[in-house]
Amino acid sequence: MKPRYVGLIAGGLGIAVLITLFSPFASSHPDGLERVAEDKGFSGLADSPPYELISDYVFPWVDNEDLATVLSGIVGVLIVAAVVFAVGFLLSRAGAAQRPNPRGGGSS
Amino acid sequence: MALIDPSALQTIEAPAMHIPDGFLSAPVAGAGFALTVAAVAVAVRRTNRTLGERSAPLMGVMAAFIFAAQMMNFPVAGGTSGHLLGGALAAILLGPWAAIIVMSAVIGVQALMFQDGGLAALGTNVFNMGVVTALLGYAVYAGTSRLANGRRLWLRQAGAFAAAWLTVQASAALTAFELAVSDTSPLSVVLPSMMGVHALIGIGEGLITAAALSFVTATRRDLLSTGVAVSEE
Repeated sequence: MKPRYVGLIAGGLGIAVLITLFSPFASSHPDGLERVAEDKGFSGLADSPPYELISDYVFPWVDNEDLATVLSGIVGVLIVAAVVFAVGFLLSRAGAAQRPNPRGGGSS
Repeated sequence: MALIDPSALQTIEAPAMHIPDGFLSAPVAGAGFALTVAAVAVAVRRTNRTLGERSAPLMGVMAAFIFAAQMMNFPVAGGTSGHLLGGALAAILLGPWAAIIVMSAVIGVQALMFQDGGLAALGTNVFNMGVVTALLGYAVYAGTSRLANGRRLWLRQAGAFAAAWLTVQASAALTAFELAVSDTSPLSVVLPSMMGVHALIGIGEGLITAAALSFVTATRRDLLSTGVAVSEE
């Protein structure tokens, strides 16, 4: 992989992690669908999830609530980045393998 | 097994525009999965042929940004908050098919690991917030971008804002229809209230999308060529 992609990944992930540092300051008001469900009286229909890992974006076993929220954000950022990077890498490799002559062609 | 003091959960609201389980009937949830699987299959086929060497890092970074931004609920009027969906932004920067893959992964991880959005409702949530937003956002932005001839930044920003705002409205309307068909709430009640609240939330979506496009244009203009911002292959 070329160095400029390393820079892109480091910069992009850095921005995402930076955003999660501010997640304790996010609005705690109910969001659009929650507000409508409460106002229109159907929020009680919601089922509890069958299991909980990092439920409600609060990392378990951490007492400090702000820290627990930031940690959950960082974990989530790294997991989605890894999953999507892996899928994208496999797809681009599969595509390259299908193309008979990847270096040829007249694309500018 | 209570790992966390339950009272702590009262103070932090889950950023859940995502539909929880219990709101959708089985047919609606099933239809959501069917449509999403079909859309992801098309997306895999299309990206398979077009993804370049730099696509994987870009998609990973986009997913990371959208996940982080979705945690940042911003206040709108009346004690309500909203957060970015990101489907329009991903489609503008990556094209609609790569955007569908990015959004599916983000919403899937949110449901499986963070209990944000139900498991049975996962297909419907991906369809509402990932598939429809990516396709509609791309179409609106590509249309306005063509009108602007790809040149004037403020026109492209306006196109990005409009695309983002419309995707939130479409997603809210679709959710309202699904809730109505599921007999969770009558359409005459849930449609106006969902569209009304999300008309405000969509302004936030539009501002963030236009700002992110400007940021990428200013810092890494070369990256735009994979989406529609400069040209289409």
